[in-house]
Amino acid sequence: MRLLTVTNLVTAFHTRNGVLRAVNGVSFHLERGETLGIVGESGSGKSVTCYSLMGLLPMPPARIKSGVAKFENVDLLACSTKYLNQIRGRRMAMIFQDPMTSLNPYLTIGEQLMEPLFIHKKMNRRSAGRRAISILHQVGISDAGQRLRMYPHQFSGGMRQRVMIAMALINRPDLLIADEPTTALDVTVQAQILDLIRNMQRELGMAVILISHDLGIVSGLCRRVLVMYAGQVMESAPTDDLFYQPKHPYTRALQKSIPALQPKGGELYTIPGAPPDLHHPLPGCPFAPRCAHAVDYCSREPVQLRETAPGHSTACLRVQRENLAV
Amino acid sequence: MTAAPNQFEEVPGAAQPAEAGVSFWSDARRRLFKNKLAIFGAVVVALLAALCFSEPLLCPRVVGFTYEQQDLFLGPAPPSARHWLGTDPLGRDLLARLLYGGKISLMVGLCATFVSLTIGVLYGAISGFAGGKLDMALMRTVDILYALPFVIFVILLMVFFGQNIILLFVAIGAVSWLTMARIVRGQVMSLKRREFVEAAHALGLSRRRIILRHIIPNLLGPIIVFTTLTIPDVILLESFLSFLGLGVQPPHSSWGVLIKEGAEVMEEYPWLLFYPGLVMALTLFSLNFLGDGLRDALDVRGSKD
Amino acid sequence: MFRFIARRLLETVPVMFIIATATFFMMRLAPGGPFDSEKNVPPEIKARMAAHYGLDKPLFQQYLLQMKHLLQGNLGPSFKYPGRTVNEIIADAFPASLELGAEALLVALVLGLAAGLIASLKQNSALDHLPMSLAMIGICVPTFVMGPLLISAFALHLDWFNAAGWFSPRDRVLPALTLGAYYAAYVARLTRGGMLEILHQDYIRTARAKGAGGARVLFKHALRGGILPVVSFLGPAIAGLLTGSFVVETIFGVPGLGRFFVTSAFNRDYFMVMGSVLFYALFVIALNLVVDVVLVWLDPKLRFE
Repeated sequence: MRLLTVTNLVTAFHTRNGVLRAVNGVSFHLERGETLGIVGESGSGKSVTCYSLMGLLPMPPARIKSGVAKFENVDLLACSTKYLNQIRGRRMAMIFQDPMTSLNPYLTIGEQLMEPLFIHKKMNRRSAGRRAISILHQVGISDAGQRLRMYPHQFSGGMRQRVMIAMALINRPDLLIADEPTTALDVTVQAQILDLIRNMQRELGMAVILISHDLGIVSGLCRRVLVMYAGQVMESAPTDDLFYQPKHPYTRALQKSIPALQPKGGELYTIPGAPPDLHHPLPGCPFAPRCAHAVDYCSREPVQLRETAPGHSTACLRVQRENLAV
Repeated sequence: MTAAPNQFEEVPGAAQPAEAGVSFWSDARRRLFKNKLAIFGAVVVALLAALCFSEPLLCPRVVGFTYEQQDLFLGPAPPSARHWLGTDPLGRDLLARLLYGGKISLMVGLCATFVSLTIGVLYGAISGFAGGKLDMALMRTVDILYALPFVIFVILLMVFFGQNIILLFVAIGAVSWLTMARIVRGQVMSLKRREFVEAAHALGLSRRRIILRHIIPNLLGPIIVFTTLTIPDVILLESFLSFLGLGVQPPHSSWGVLIKEGAEVMEEYPWLLFYPGLVMALTLFSLNFLGDGLRDALDVRGSKD
Repeated sequence: MFRFIARRLLETVPVMFIIATATFFMMRLAPGGPFDSEKNVPPEIKARMAAHYGLDKPLFQQYLLQMKHLLQGNLGPSFKYPGRTVNEIIADAFPASLELGAEALLVALVLGLAAGLIASLKQNSALDHLPMSLAMIGICVPTFVMGPLLISAFALHLDWFNAAGWFSPRDRVLPALTLGAYYAAYVARLTRGGMLEILHQDYIRTARAKGAGGARVLFKHALRGGILPVVSFLGPAIAGLLTGSFVVETIFGVPGLGRFFVTSAFNRDYFMVMGSVLFYALFVIALNLVVDVVLVWLDPKLRFE
């Protein structure tokens, strides 16, 4: 049985300026132990998708308009908060972008680290302490006993993120969602953290969803990638296929934008145009206004993800119909 | 080599950059006007102030009596057609006294706030700009003063040195400047470090220009907010002193004096406490709502930032 | 931590010294003397009374003498109540003020925290607007209006309490409420503000992501940061509770120190005034130190400065 199946998720924010559809019909699935990357610009809906699954969106402005998210047979979007609390931190865990603000400055690291054990396993302090020290070692933090009594502001950025990872994995969850875990870190530390996530994934055999705006980061860790734009999935494929044979103009444009891959001395390539206004979604493909390959029906007909090769789906109408080479 | 296409040009459905630049002040003004409570507060205060400060005109003509005119024959009387808010034991018209008292209370409020503002801003600005040991010493002094019941000293001052109204302004102002000093100093310190000051410096702007065009406008926000919030505190303090018999002296009147007189006879003549209390509470309300609204509009934080 | 406390205790000495000096000279330099109100006493007897208390000596000598006595803990005799020393009077009267202050603080914390917490959890609902409006009333209605109003309503009309006096436990209710109302209002507003700011922080989201339920998120994660503004406020609040008691003790006839302080100032009862001022100052400084220690305990970031 698949670990996670998301069908047609639509999440909207009711703001003063109108209704903003941050996630506009997203579907994907995740097998046990699989590593999936979700890539997109800011505003593409990649983070909001995962927050919707975890139930972490503030519900007054946000509303999940439709969709089903089955985590092993239970619809996360429809279950009770009580049930959700049983799953969060135990079967499903999440780490966030900025480890400084994501850790409580008023509690010790140890207190926060052991908390999932208190909540879900009802462990006593001593056992929890031992488990905490053990997992700190696993994530590469030495001197763990001392560290437990320290506070977040006494740690460096990289170490804080390690603590976050330890905190998320302490109950050996089936799924780890990592929302841009390296964006706020130094470049040297980024690689270490990604290595750590990869190693832990192999050790614990858990599924990982890695959210990033950086194709390079995702390719190092994930076997499959989703490319999102304007709240919709544009392409879904195994990583290698995505790189060598992208089947969506947006994916192609993203690849072209990677500075390291561009010829030296020329102007950097940027995708022309601006991201869409999600308050007023246009009919048709959301990327059409900026797409070099767009034709008239692209701006008229709604798009849907379709498999065009084994395991490889695209939402581009031209690719679906004419097998356009991007 | 072709020019790169304009990023925001003519792409249908694209998010457009904000129309004309929205300046900080016009944005703040817009936010303020949306806040109904704050507008209510502003209107009420303006109205009351207008009424009170035109007391010399209003009293004889519209109200019909002055604040000191006694009518011993009538004595204390409940509100009637002739005396709209009633009279006190000496037959003095309450409405006239309220307007006159309001004038005094508001004037004390404004003047004392001005004193407080001046001391506080200067102290805080010097401390913030100077930094280092001077700043530490100055702020430690503020911390100590903050802890002491300064009011005790005001009481002593007023008791010992007589009830001169100028002394009243100065004494009250001298007690209230602490918060303003802290806030100004906090703002100055954070502004000093902000990148836009460095950027302005890098662009070659003179220090004077930086202070005038960049630092002072950013100070205005918190200053305006806390001034608006200081006035009600000051009015409260004045009425507290008057209640103890230390503030404004007869035959002058202030809201505090009126409340004191009303409290003494509240059993028999409740209107004498009710109306002054109501008016003062209303004024304080309004000023507080206005101050809160200004604080939200100008996005000002507290003092220990 | 110990260095912090020790440093503060050391600071106290010069502060008290300055206060004593300032008070001394303010009193002696002010017009009027302690025996002015004795109308029927001939001047020679007055002169002898003055000499008896050492008031005829040169000013500076009196100052030194006073300082010496203070260091010995001798606060001197009272003029107004001959035969009793200031130490005795303070020891007699202070318990009542202390009790009143403690009860008012209890009212402030219990009502304020509860209201603020509920308001922050149910933001923008009726459970938010209602307590906050009441809080605004608490801030804008001064104690000397609130007191008489409460007396009028609950003691005189409903006859649930005595109008004044400090005998039975029931007598504590109205004074504590009157004095505590203003502080309850502030605590409510500060709690709400502090909690709202915390509840939007990322680490609250992390706590939820770990499966923490509502109660755990609130009490374990949010409260510690959320009540910091309240704890900071307690410092000046304590000072205010002590001074505010002047009015409340007068209105309700509470036999506390506040009344003594004000009347002794009026009577130029020098030693009584000095004793009260120093006593208050010391008390406030001590309590502020406690508050600061609690702050450091709550906020680990402060510990490493």
